[in-house]
Amino acid sequence: MSQPIPFSDVGRPSAQLGHLDDRDLVPLPRPYDTWAEKPLPPLSAKARETYECSLDDTCAVSFPRPKSKSEEDELVRKFLSGLAKLFTSNNNWTFLQPLVLSMDHCAKCQTCAEACHIYEESGRNELYRPTFRSEVLRRLYFKHRSGGSLLSAWHHGDIDIDWTTVARLLELAYRCNLCRRCAQTCPVGVDNGLIAHEIRKLFSAELGIAAKEIHEKGSMLQLKVGSSTGMNAIVVKDNIEFIDEDMTEKTGVKVQTHWDVEGADVLLMHNAGEILAWPENPGAFAVILEAAGISWTLSSDLAAYDAINYGLWYDDAQFARVALLHAQAAKKLGVKKIVIGECGHAHKAMMVIADRVLTGDLNIPRESAMVLLDDLVASGRLKLDPSRNDFPVTLHDPCNLVRLMGVVEPQRRVVRKIAPQFREMEPHGVHNYCCGGGSGFAIMSGHNFAEWRLRAASRKKFRQILEAFRDDVDPTHPKYVCAPCSNCKGAIRDLLAHYEAGPKAGIYYGGLVELIVNAMVDVKPGFLSFGEP
Amino acid sequence: MLLYLVPFAAVAIFLVAVVARLVRIYSLPVHLRWELYPVAHEQNAAYGGSFFEHVDWWQQPRAKRHVGELKVMVPEILFLVGVREHNRPLWARTFPFHFGLYLSAGLIALLLLGGVLQAAGVTVAGSAGFPGAAVHWLTVVFAYAGTGLCLIGALALLLRRLSDPVLRTHSAPADLWNLVAFVATGGLALLAFLVCDRDLALLRGFTQRVVTFRLGGEVPTLLAIAIVAASAMVAYVPTTHMAHFFTKWFMYHDVRWNDEVNTVGSKLEKKIQAQLAYKVDWAAPHIQGGGTKTWVDVATEEVAKR
Ligand code: SF4
Ligand code: SF4
Repeated sequence: MSQPIPFSDVGRPSAQLGHLDDRDLVPLPRPYDTWAEKPLPPLSAKARETYECSLDDTCAVSFPRPKSKSEEDELVRKFLSGLAKLFTSNNNWTFLQPLVLSMDHCAKCQTCAEACHIYEESGRNELYRPTFRSEVLRRLYFKHRSGGSLLSAWHHGDIDIDWTTVARLLELAYRCNLCRRCAQTCPVGVDNGLIAHEIRKLFSAELGIAAKEIHEKGSMLQLKVGSSTGMNAIVVKDNIEFIDEDMTEKTGVKVQTHWDVEGADVLLMHNAGEILAWPENPGAFAVILEAAGISWTLSSDLAAYDAINYGLWYDDAQFARVALLHAQAAKKLGVKKIVIGECGHAHKAMMVIADRVLTGDLNIPRESAMVLLDDLVASGRLKLDPSRNDFPVTLHDPCNLVRLMGVVEPQRRVVRKIAPQFREMEPHGVHNYCCGGGSGFAIMSGHNFAEWRLRAASRKKFRQILEAFRDDVDPTHPKYVCAPCSNCKGAIRDLLAHYEAGPKAGIYYGGLVELIVNAMVDVKPGFLSFGEP
Repeated sequence: MLLYLVPFAAVAIFLVAVVARLVRIYSLPVHLRWELYPVAHEQNAAYGGSFFEHVDWWQQPRAKRHVGELKVMVPEILFLVGVREHNRPLWARTFPFHFGLYLSAGLIALLLLGGVLQAAGVTVAGSAGFPGAAVHWLTVVFAYAGTGLCLIGALALLLRRLSDPVLRTHSAPADLWNLVAFVATGGLALLAFLVCDRDLALLRGFTQRVVTFRLGGEVPTLLAIAIVAASAMVAYVPTTHMAHFFTKWFMYHDVRWNDEVNTVGSKLEKKIQAQLAYKVDWAAPHIQGGGTKTWVDVATEEVAKR
């Protein structure tokens, strides 16, 4: 357990404010009780010299260090200007009320800390305490607003307003998965996840600073090319054609993806990352929808073949732009509804957050694929043989889909029906833990950030998985972590690879549709092939 | 005479502070949805399910169970069940403190009632008939239990905040002062009752004179000091983060449980459309609002050209 970090230290230049000590990590259960965790690879001297990396042992944003004091002062000035704008209706009507309520009412009781997987698994590292970054922002805000008055310092606490503080706050905003588990436990209703989100927004919207994986190579690429994967419409169609052929061969049933079908009942939106990283997922969707006789289509319009909306994590303007493109594509095709595939943040983006962005004829009904799949399985439109899934299965609850949307039971009903050895993680449902990939972490990999994620952010999920399968750690018995979310799958993939969980404990992962297809009687047996490349 | 003005001033400041916060909260624009499950008014709140779990949810009737909100909110406010579940050591200290405050608020109500009854000629005393005796005994119980619990709870919270390095680091001077002030006020009030007003008759008499605007009459010094301290706390609390005693309602109702769906042609949609016309002045290169572009302009401009 690290020592409390005085707020007076935040603005004091030093090599790093906090340190993630491998010896502090909470030990894992069997068969990892003897696992020797490799030390977190250190940041290179060059990275430390070039970028603002003075928070801890990693660096998420890689913001170049200012070259002079006047550059620093200019950045601080811009930050303060953004801070003021964050609290105005015209710039931040989107979240102003929740932000103000959270800023004004924290009782500093620290009840929220124990709910945070990053804080807990890092050995209760003070830097990752949910309130730490919030308190830095709070002190900065009240100090700046009051012109640095003594009364404000007395009331809200003091902090240095300088570049060191600002640069560390930037990195702090990227040590939170925005999973909002802490907010569930706050007796007052304060939301530290929201505050992290708002800090990210301030930096992005005012200073143009954000993790490049989510901005430059994320939402910007999606808006310019059509997808954060870099695929344009031609490439994505080619890839899907290849997937259709491959799936036809693998399943023995004719698989056909439809493009731009006007008047289709369902416009399906995948996270395009699936197409490249887990092609069997869009393939399995196609198998299921065809077998059930659903009238469905994909859209090849700009951004519409990629359901992601990274703006959700850091920037309302980027969010609105992408949401609009998604809705416009659906409107153009005249579909009855948009169905979001296995991507948690795309669910929340399109169904919850965009709800108060899309008006008039752009407000097209949007539904979760979990619900559609549940309906298809329950109605008997798919012929299923659960004995094909007779291996231990556990279900990961993507935070965006479950805690933040309340879609809890549909996917469970499906898994209960098709997987005889289903067992829950503990805790689960709306009280689940984040996979550690939330808020962009799954795709952020600069320097040693992915390694940091494995140790701090994803470790709780690995513990939960191990505990769910604790009755059978035999590596020759395959076990399946069903994660119906693309980002979660990315985080779990890296986690299982890091711990060699396939060869060591027989633990594999995949989505929900793959599990369904594996149980379909019309499909050749052995759709899921554990441990095979 | 001056002493009689203190409760008026305190109530006035209290009301102004509460109203100012309410005005501020209500004047804030409709925000994007940011609910957090379980949402108490949902049919499936028991496991945190939402209306999104239904096929074609937009065609289904939405029945909000408002009683579900009460079932969560009332035990939450009265017994702090969230803290009990997630932070037992804190609950052991903060529950007596909060419950003591509720009883103290009840005491004020009982004193007012007693004062009004006395002004109307009803005898309020232990030996009187109903309702005088009931009001009397309730006042006594609320007075001692309220101030006692408040004192014990505040003292325990203060000691914890001073002895726990994390809590101390996260505390602003005011956080410590607030607890000291509660300890002092609770202690003074309890002492005043024990020393000079055991059956609360003097305080009720004082209250009677306040409510009937007959602002005169002697009050023992210790009781007068306690009245001033308690009045100061009444005025002070809503100006601080402790305003959560009523803003919590908004944090739950307007944020955590606010899942109102935007439908075409609804009032909500009109508000959103108005807000989409707000001018943006975020300065980042990908926005460059400049105070001239609206949200619609920003959302619809072609990013490829940037
Ligand atoms: S956010 Fe809530 S739980 Fe955390 S310290 Fe503040 S009041 Fe306590
Ligand atoms: S939102 Fe999640 S990751 Fe962030 S502080 Fe809260 S519990 Fe931790």
